[in-house]
Amino acid sequence: MTDKYLIFLGCAIPYRVSGFEISSRKVLAKLGVELVEMPEFNCCGLPLDPVSHETMLIMAAKNLALAEQQGLNILTLCPGCAGTLKKVNKILKADKAQREEVNNHLKEVGLEFKGAIETKHLLQLLKEDIGIEKIKASVVRPLTNFKVAEHNGCHILRPKEYIGFDDPEDPQTLKLLIEATGATCLDYIDETECCGAPSVGVSDKVALALAKDKLSHIKQVDAQALITICPFCHIMYDTNELRIEKLFNESYGIPILHYPQLLGLAMGLTPEELAFNELRVNPSNMLKQLTQGANKT
Amino acid sequence: MHGSVKILKCFQCGTCTSDCPVARYSDDYRPRTLIHMAQLGLKDRVLNSNTLWLCAACFTCTDRCPQDVEVAAVIRVFRNLAAEKGCIPQVFKDQAQSLIESGYAYKIPELRIKKRESQGLPPLPKGNPDNVKRALKGVKFIEGLQKPASTGETTK
Repeated sequence: MTDKYLIFLGCAIPYRVSGFEISSRKVLAKLGVELVEMPEFNCCGLPLDPVSHETMLIMAAKNLALAEQQGLNILTLCPGCAGTLKKVNKILKADKAQREEVNNHLKEVGLEFKGAIETKHLLQLLKEDIGIEKIKASVVRPLTNFKVAEHNGCHILRPKEYIGFDDPEDPQTLKLLIEATGATCLDYIDETECCGAPSVGVSDKVALALAKDKLSHIKQVDAQALITICPFCHIMYDTNELRIEKLFNESYGIPILHYPQLLGLAMGLTPEELAFNELRVNPSNMLKQLTQGANKT
Repeated sequence: MHGSVKILKCFQCGTCTSDCPVARYSDDYRPRTLIHMAQLGLKDRVLNSNTLWLCAACFTCTDRCPQDVEVAAVIRVFRNLAAEKGCIPQVFKDQAQSLIESGYAYKIPELRIKKRESQGLPPLPKGNPDNVKRALKGVKFIEGLQKPASTGETTK
């Protein structure tokens, strides 16, 4: 077990999801995980996979090789980055010809992929390295009477052959982590369904219809917030919730929180420290309910 | 191409289409049909199909295929082949352009980079686009990239 990780931010988080990064760094510091900054990195390659698999392989391998130079395992906050780095690590370790081809490209920049490190996503680190018990022990302000829904998203779980984490058909990790904060995690229809984000820009109609149905199912069970662990799922719901409400003549008002924001509240950190001000769907009513709920017990 | 070798194992059961979240909301996107067309050798119809780009790469089809076809990987191979012919939606061109110019798939605004300090965040690591370009030397897709006429921000 290591408590020291190289943090891999990817593109989406520094681009427009800084609340995820801020809250993750705060809770990881409290849990004693040391994060080392990468001196250099580039896009993991995933966004280019649809148009050039070769580009994706080279970009992912370049990042892995950079991390190997640091001699540390990678921690990512984005499941897309985690999935890509895991998958490419596995492919290149198993396929010698492919590895040689990619290494020919990396030679141009003085790097070599050796397959010497592993990648973990935040959720996996919390579950496997830190453990639910230690997380429970870090809670000073249990979120009693707070009812939320979870959205795992796809890339944290699929394709299962490469990811090998939790059960994609009935994932439990995020639920357990939510319940460790004292909050209740509600079940709803189609929990494991995709958020639709990858279809934005190709067909907004399909993407928004997918997100709309998910939000409706979440509203049906009276969830006070939706908890995500992926920057793209978060953008999909948080940035688009108002747009979806207008487009479909619906009213949700469901704040979308990054899991570390939820955990941070339970650890006694303030909404300001956890970058709640970065959220598009106003969380102030939810925060009020949360305080009232805690006072009831 | 890597990922598509098992396409002939598909026996057209339709699990991919019936479990596809995109197919549920789209009138046109049907992974089973795309695979069937490819099995029949209808290359142009597959590669020119607009619906090819709707796949959200959620990998539900891959995980549930009883024949282990890796459906999402097959769709990705179709897209790669379409991209070689220059048939790609603008959003992908923008991301590729940003990658070779900045090392990141999205151009991170200066304001965001500067704001990090006031947010208590460490400086953003360099993207080192020169090294990205050097590592990607010889990749056909990247070398064929034309400067896009406009670079509208994606709506994500």
